[in-house]
Amino acid sequence: MKAKEWLIERALLLMALSAVTSLALIAIFVLAQGLPIMLREGLGSFLLGHRWAPTKHAFGILPMMVGSTCVTLGALALGGPLGVACSVFLAEVAPRRVADVVRPAIQLLAGIPSVVFGFVGITVLVPLIRNHIGGPGLSVLAAAIILGVMILPTVISISQDAIEAVPRTYKEAALALGCTPWQAITRVILPAARPGITAALVLGMGRAIGETMAVIMVIGNAVKIPHSLLDPARTLTGSIAMEMGYASGEHREALFATGVVLFVFIMVLNTIVNLRLGRRREAS
Amino acid sequence: MRPALGRDIPLSGVVLAAACVLTSLLGAGCRGGEGGGLTLAGSTSVQPIAELLGEHYMATHRGSVINVQGGGSSAGIQAALSGAADIGMSSRNLKPEETGLQATVMARDAIVLVVNRDNPVRALTTEQVRGIFSGRTRAWAEVGGTGRRLTFITREEGSGTRGAFEDLVMKKEEISSDAIVEDSTGAARAIVESDPQAIAYISFGMVTPGIVPLTLDGVTPSAEAVHSGRYHLARPFLLLTRGAPSGPAAAFIEYVLSPEAQALVTQEGYVQARPAGSGR
Amino acid sequence: MRRVNPEVTHRAASVGLWLSAGLALAVLAYIIGLVLVRGLPAVTPHFLLASPERMGRAGGIFPTIVGTLFVTTVALLVATPLGVGTAIYLTEYARIGRLAAVIRFGAECLAGVPSIIFGLFGFIFFVITLQLGWSVLSGGLTLAVMVLPTIMRTAEEAIKAVPASYREVSYSMGATTWQTVTRVVVPAALPGIVTGIVLAVGRSVGETAATLFTAGASLRLPTSLLSPTRTMAVHFYILAREGLSETHAYGTAAVLVVLILAINTLANWLMLRFRAKTQ
Repeated sequence: MKAKEWLIERALLLMALSAVTSLALIAIFVLAQGLPIMLREGLGSFLLGHRWAPTKHAFGILPMMVGSTCVTLGALALGGPLGVACSVFLAEVAPRRVADVVRPAIQLLAGIPSVVFGFVGITVLVPLIRNHIGGPGLSVLAAAIILGVMILPTVISISQDAIEAVPRTYKEAALALGCTPWQAITRVILPAARPGITAALVLGMGRAIGETMAVIMVIGNAVKIPHSLLDPARTLTGSIAMEMGYASGEHREALFATGVVLFVFIMVLNTIVNLRLGRRREAS
Repeated sequence: MRPALGRDIPLSGVVLAAACVLTSLLGAGCRGGEGGGLTLAGSTSVQPIAELLGEHYMATHRGSVINVQGGGSSAGIQAALSGAADIGMSSRNLKPEETGLQATVMARDAIVLVVNRDNPVRALTTEQVRGIFSGRTRAWAEVGGTGRRLTFITREEGSGTRGAFEDLVMKKEEISSDAIVEDSTGAARAIVESDPQAIAYISFGMVTPGIVPLTLDGVTPSAEAVHSGRYHLARPFLLLTRGAPSGPAAAFIEYVLSPEAQALVTQEGYVQARPAGSGR
Repeated sequence: MRRVNPEVTHRAASVGLWLSAGLALAVLAYIIGLVLVRGLPAVTPHFLLASPERMGRAGGIFPTIVGTLFVTTVALLVATPLGVGTAIYLTEYARIGRLAAVIRFGAECLAGVPSIIFGLFGFIFFVITLQLGWSVLSGGLTLAVMVLPTIMRTAEEAIKAVPASYREVSYSMGATTWQTVTRVVVPAALPGIVTGIVLAVGRSVGETAATLFTAGASLRLPTSLLSPTRTMAVHFYILAREGLSETHAYGTAAVLVVLILAINTLANWLMLRFRAKTQ
């Protein structure tokens, strides 16, 4: 009997290690494919090289790094405030009935496949930008808007959890002192929820930088550092997705190297969030 | 709220169910194996006509299975070399370093420059096109059009269409990094259809009513112009095999070169392959 | 300088907040509305049951529906035991301590990996190294790794929510940990676990980048685990990109959206039932 229990526990432990093992496998394989070329070309010239022309042996990913950064920051600028506002709405302002409808609706937004967002982007948003603002329409702006919408569910749900985790006594005390509910929110609750909201934004950022399909469809994929919001650009993810189908040899290694950069960046982001969230969980 | 003591998770039941599903998946595989199946992979320009010919082939040769995939000409060449595909499709000539493959010309196709219906420009010279795609020409006004913004669209680097375009038009000049890059003809076409300032190059057989093919160096693109050689922006559609084609691959290629298949080729807007032995 | 009356700010802010929520909902409604209005007319029984013709310009999407089903099934068959097993381990055997922290950290990081990286990994590991080729199996295994954190997280929440009293009664009757788990805890947590599975299904169905590079893009009906296949999401992407047929693209999107709507509603209903049960 005891032996059976011991065996079961060991089996479960093995299962439990599956996530960590998968992560390790991913890291190993992607690094194994991508690291050699990064070392061969030199980390500096790979990360900061202006020119990406893999069939002509030019492997600089700076245009994509800038593209990804611009698009992500744009997404945060649009989706961040809107998301936090919605979460405040759901946590503090909305009547119970309304919140019960709105919250699942926002989660629905999370379920819509990214390619559908991309499609709506290219059929509706891109012509809109082209005709009413300027440029070819395929632009950093279009990608930022689409991504802003796509990160809303992440930002909203995590921010909402953070706001709801603030002890009610804080709010009650503020109200008792004569604050309007809005003052209570801005001066007491939001500052108290700040670590959680920051985590929400950071995770939203992670989602934005990792998004591929929707971005390819609306950003124009020009291998050039964008000089304005209306310029087309290319992201790290877009580069991989567009060229993986036919890349071979050095070119394929370079794409994996791009993947390594992405992977490292996301891991760093996630680690930071986990450490901060973990600390907060222990504190409360 | 009574705890459900004594209610066993039918673990054995779950395992049994999983086994059933897996077995049926595998069993289904045993029934209709992939034997006799032919895989073609490569150029997205060749893909539509290859698909069509495949459908006709399957209709007349019961029991055969033809799988057509895209990926681009470079991918097709890779796939043929590695054996991942039985036949590779390419819409450009092989490069000198791409050895070990036998190429069969199945059709010829023109590459045309296309613009939006609202664009007044209807003709360009090769030199002008080169100027546009290299980024030297910065506005439509410079080539007889209106408006400033000139948005030019290119295919991705692995595309055979792009390869042929670079060989025949760009020569040694590089396509500017300002170019919008799209990985499919459809995407390039869709942009031109909705943007009056856009220009792209696509396969002649994929022109749709919403866009206008330009006259190049005074020659209007047509099957006849390509066949006679007057329209010089043409490239072969190649079916590639590792060594001489054999078995199902040979049968399919033989079908593709037959008069009825070539009639379909013409019908779809491409140009017939020159008869064998007439020289390239 | 005259200070603005805080009451006025409060009202203005309230309006602003309602508008924000309204905006988010409006965007959602617009997207779903657009897809359904333009897509549902194309969704006929023929569309659902016929094979694609001329690369998807005509005919139906049946092979992609089957492909999606096969790939998702494989993903679930692999990820569910692993996810639930992990959850059981974390709650019943090793709740705290470094090992648990490492496991949870691994899961959180895995959850943040972009889908294109899964595509890259799946391609180099399953398709090339393990020589499974573009297949249902490669796609399913890749998706399994992708949805593992989702199932793990929800299963853990569900199992943690089972009242301690249940376990105490079981132990007091002499049951072992494993017996308690299988006969008491998991049955009680089942709705929550199933919710996690349903969420995982939703995620797999909508996934494109990971499946494109692992399951392939073949339009033939998949007949075995090693057949290449095209999922609905990939088919929609290809149709939309290639501009092959706008009606068919919208039609595929409509099927996808309706499916996701159904899955989400199911998940929400299950979660409500689960909460009601444990209260």
